[in-house]
Amino acid sequence: MSTPRFSFKRLWAVVVKEFIQMRRDRLTFGMMVGIPMIQLMLFGFAINSDPKHLPTAIIIQDHSQFSRTFIWSLRNSRYFDVVVEAESERDVQFLLDEGEVQFVINIPADFSRELLRGERPKLLLQADATDPAATGNAIAAINALVANVFDRDLKGPLQKLRDKPGPVEMQIHRLYNQEGKTQYNIVPGLMGVVLTMTMIVITALAITRERERGTMENLLATPARPAEVMFGKIIPYIMIGYIQTILILTAARFLFNVPMLGSIPLLLGLMLIFIAANLAVGITFSTVAKNQLQAMQMSFFFFLPSILLSGFMFPFRGMPTWAQHIGSALPLTHFLRLVRGILLKGNGLLESATHIWPIALFLLIVMAIGIKRYRQTLD
Amino acid sequence: MQAHEQSATDAPPPNAELVIDVSGITKRFGAQTVVNSIGMQVRRGEIYGFLGPNGSGKTTFLRMLCGLLKPDAGQGTCLGYDILHQSDEIKKHVGYMTQKFSYYEDLNLEENLDFIARIYQVPNRKQAVSDSLQKLGLHARRKQLAGQLSGGWKQRLALAASLIHNPELLLLDEPTAGVDPKARRDFWEEIHQLAAAGLTVMITTHYMDEAERCHRIAYIAYGNLLTNGTVAEVVSGAKLSVWEVSGPNLPALANELRHKKGIEQVVAFGNTLHVSGPQGEELRNAILPWMKPPYQWNQAESSLEDVFISLMGHSQDNFK
Repeated sequence: MSTPRFSFKRLWAVVVKEFIQMRRDRLTFGMMVGIPMIQLMLFGFAINSDPKHLPTAIIIQDHSQFSRTFIWSLRNSRYFDVVVEAESERDVQFLLDEGEVQFVINIPADFSRELLRGERPKLLLQADATDPAATGNAIAAINALVANVFDRDLKGPLQKLRDKPGPVEMQIHRLYNQEGKTQYNIVPGLMGVVLTMTMIVITALAITRERERGTMENLLATPARPAEVMFGKIIPYIMIGYIQTILILTAARFLFNVPMLGSIPLLLGLMLIFIAANLAVGITFSTVAKNQLQAMQMSFFFFLPSILLSGFMFPFRGMPTWAQHIGSALPLTHFLRLVRGILLKGNGLLESATHIWPIALFLLIVMAIGIKRYRQTLD
Repeated sequence: MQAHEQSATDAPPPNAELVIDVSGITKRFGAQTVVNSIGMQVRRGEIYGFLGPNGSGKTTFLRMLCGLLKPDAGQGTCLGYDILHQSDEIKKHVGYMTQKFSYYEDLNLEENLDFIARIYQVPNRKQAVSDSLQKLGLHARRKQLAGQLSGGWKQRLALAASLIHNPELLLLDEPTAGVDPKARRDFWEEIHQLAAAGLTVMITTHYMDEAERCHRIAYIAYGNLLTNGTVAEVVSGAKLSVWEVSGPNLPALANELRHKKGIEQVVAFGNTLHVSGPQGEELRNAILPWMKPPYQWNQAESSLEDVFISLMGHSQDNFK
């Protein structure tokens, strides 16, 4: 009885071959670098997560020195472009419904009188929060603004009104969508999305191609073991995954000024599990798919829920429960929390562990299916 | 015929070691039996031709020999290793050239050979690759991508790759399909030299001239082994009677003869017809009414092709 042994030399043979093929296939190689760059540009610049000059309607029911000061400083903040000034709520409400304006700000009647009496009158801001990322920063800006906008107007005996909790109360109504998002969500999240997309597609194609072109028959007739072929194919793409990550991290740091509070080496280390999970999905798909087209279709079948239900596109807690359950099974969901936790909250290994084990579990299950399904014979 | 006589002279002695010794090999795909209880003995240094119509199970049989498929039944050894349990050992010593070109079209010749040499862990790899390129006359083209090669050159590359680890047994699945006559002749020259050096070669083909270049042949149809032996043994064993007829308007004569009892085949050969049947007496009675002028009849020797087509007609097509 022969004892088949894992051979690193044969593994290395496959790695070298994959690299040569990768180099020859310029288009695919270009895509692997191009996809992260294009997505970065689209999500980072074109789809601005910190939009300014948002169209704003103001209902002025109290014409006074204070109203003028307030409107002037709104404009100065650059977040608000006052496009409509109206006398009553009826005149502007439909603008919000139709999406003509992002905000409606209401300066109520008797605003200045109540202000001077120290009654803390209410300023009402209604925000179209369909896309919370679009309004978050503007809301933050207006909150900061009202604290001291009237400082110059409140002098002498009125100065005591400047004391906390401030001369006016800012009341904010987010319409259409209750959950807000933090500003640096997109770029770190993009890392997970790009890795999911390229890792799965590329590996699914790499093995299906061997079968489609008939080279698999040859490979199976050699002494190469399944594990050698599998890992030989995975290793080059792990390196590609890291190149993509470094591209995105560099852009995140220097182009988008994403704060990086946590440890980058920790992130790169833990990321290996996520990359491996995606590669395992790709390989498992390739053991099922009969041709490259099928492999591509299966990849997208997996990619769509990943991007839609992971919390990348829509706030995770805003989804119905069943969608959250599906999302929880996907590695991208946990990776998004992991990467945002490390970069934005400065999480360490301990806090990251809660996000790592679901990915590791996913990896184990998919890997087991993949190795079981990889046929060493042509049966 | 000349090739046949030549090959008969340098065939290995009958008591040579058996490289392939299997029996009862069966393979089913679903309800279909693709290979039905085939037994086979091949001696070291022998060129063994494997013939049969398309879909007859030749490729499946080769794949079982080299461990690509697991037989559903049967036992035996290949190179002394158990074909059911030691396919890892067998793979190390077998070179397999697939029917379809199965090297990497996006690697150049040298890279392809280097990859295969690494997989087989060939000692002195660089030297082995270089020698292999040199020997097959591929050295000048070593930087060319395999996908850009013509059919003949692809075949040379495939042969070089399947020989790079010095296998003891070479399995060739229709290696000369789509290759021009000159390249085919060179190819066979190479095969004979390799066999003379002790390599055992098993080759599938559809070409009768190639069958006659083999030391021994086997004919398989629809999964069943119908006959085997040397070319002369196969031809004489079939006991086929053949008459050659010439005269005017042979196509009309052919139509009249075709369904007569005792006549199995009526085949046009240039300006003559070959009329054959398994029973000499019956055949003679069948053609008797036409054995007069303007037709001229001569008894002819049956060819390998006559024998094979006759065998094919007898065998049941279990795919229908």
